[in-house]
Amino acid sequence: MDWNFIIFSIVKIAIVVGVVQGMVAYSVLAERKISAWIQDRVGPNRAAPPFVKYIPVLGPFLTRLGIFQPLADGLKFMFKEDFTPAGVKKIYFFLAPAIAVIPAMLTVAVIPFGSMMGQQKMVIADLNVGILYTFGIVSMGVYGIVLAGYAANSKYPFFGGIRSSAQMISYEISMGMSVIPVLLIVGNLNLSQIINWQSGHGWLVMYAPLSFVIFMVASFAETNRTPFDLPEAETELVGGYHTEYSSMKFALFFLAEYSNMVASSAMMVTLFFGGWTLPFWGLDQPAHSLGMGLANILVFLVKMLFFMVLFIWVRWMFPRFRYDQLMDLGWRRFLPLALVNILITAVWLWARS
Amino acid sequence: MAITVNRKELTFWEKLYLPAIVGGLKVTMRHAFNTLIRRKVVTMEYPEQKWTLPTGYRGAPYLVKDQDGDTKCVSCQLCEFVCPPKAIRITPPGGTGLKADRPNAEKMPAEFEINMLRCIFCGFCQEVCPEEAIFLQKDYSLTALSRGEMIYNKEKLLTLGGVSPGIQKWKHKLEEAEAQESFPVKI
Repeated sequence: MDWNFIIFSIVKIAIVVGVVQGMVAYSVLAERKISAWIQDRVGPNRAAPPFVKYIPVLGPFLTRLGIFQPLADGLKFMFKEDFTPAGVKKIYFFLAPAIAVIPAMLTVAVIPFGSMMGQQKMVIADLNVGILYTFGIVSMGVYGIVLAGYAANSKYPFFGGIRSSAQMISYEISMGMSVIPVLLIVGNLNLSQIINWQSGHGWLVMYAPLSFVIFMVASFAETNRTPFDLPEAETELVGGYHTEYSSMKFALFFLAEYSNMVASSAMMVTLFFGGWTLPFWGLDQPAHSLGMGLANILVFLVKMLFFMVLFIWVRWMFPRFRYDQLMDLGWRRFLPLALVNILITAVWLWARS
Repeated sequence: MAITVNRKELTFWEKLYLPAIVGGLKVTMRHAFNTLIRRKVVTMEYPEQKWTLPTGYRGAPYLVKDQDGDTKCVSCQLCEFVCPPKAIRITPPGGTGLKADRPNAEKMPAEFEINMLRCIFCGFCQEVCPEEAIFLQKDYSLTALSRGEMIYNKEKLLTLGGVSPGIQKWKHKLEEAEAQESFPVKI
């Protein structure tokens, strides 16, 4: 038993989970703020613990930014009544939120969020089959939603569940196909190796732009975000799959959605935008000092935040796709496109060698 | 005859969704820029900022005093009877009760209560009042911690209502009566 490995892994897991949870909480705030700005509003700017108003300038400023709003939201979720409707299938009803959250949290395990800190690689599990693991885990997330829809024993959640599964089938394939060119170019499934390749050759988005576009659209569908938020279409399905949920169980679905967003952003950054590398200031090599290690992590976080903002921004920009349009886009547009993309990349690589 | 409208087929460019996406980006960017940088917010931060009410706004009905600080209400109970939701309750002074503040006016209410939870701000009381003693004023935010507090009594209504100067009918009557004491009448 390597105690060193165990202890450092536990520390890394704790930090990563903490950071992801924090990002989830604050991306909810960002969602509300950005939506407000786009809709000519101000957004949450009142919630504050009582002592804050005694801090001279900073207190009111932070309150206006809504920094304390996630705390209030979390507290609210904790203290709400956890209501179990009469007709639900109890076991599945309790199981569904957990099944939704766990895959969402597990995805970040293989993502290298930094280079080195001392002797430690900044990745929880440096798997050789990183991408395959991610796809395996991500597609499990849909079970939570389907199960929630089934367990609620009510029309609208059921519709949500069905839509979710149909949507997942039509996008999972194009998503998987879209990554294959990346694997062809790099010749490795390990995410750390993919980043290393990118630090040598430049970001993969320049080699496989079409892959990136398909991957991005597919990950919007994967995370149930607008324009593909069919499973929870508030205007059509009351609340979609989580209609019958309340309190912490509902919060878990929320957590799952936003963790999925975090994971997808991280995946996009890792696969197409060079992960923790930047092509200048020596940030493209694994760090030798703690400071550089931190800088690498920071670079990764900033890139990720960009995609988080994009996720949020897009939500307030597009109307929802219709069910059949979604199928059309998934099966008849993106799947052939991804296949052609693979072909082109393969031919290009073959011609070059 | 039916007119057939030609439905334009979407062009390839439009089918790519790209122009729509760019348009969407532009619109949302513009709005975010306007709110963030140019501070063009359409909402109002309510308790700090309040809108100016138009004249004739029908808020909560309050009792008013005349310019001498006397109660105008003479407890005729017309408002009580006209009030559609029965929000007003007047206790008249009775035979041995309270004399009016004003000389020559016959009486004033011993108690005048408006239940603001019942009131629908219709303005009938104002319309029916022969003494111009009750007016719908510009208060719209009535809050209390209990239902009991929402029943406003005479004292509260008079304090909130303030002064509404006008023709002092009873004072005029008094002057008339005093003038009649000495013959010939001068007025």
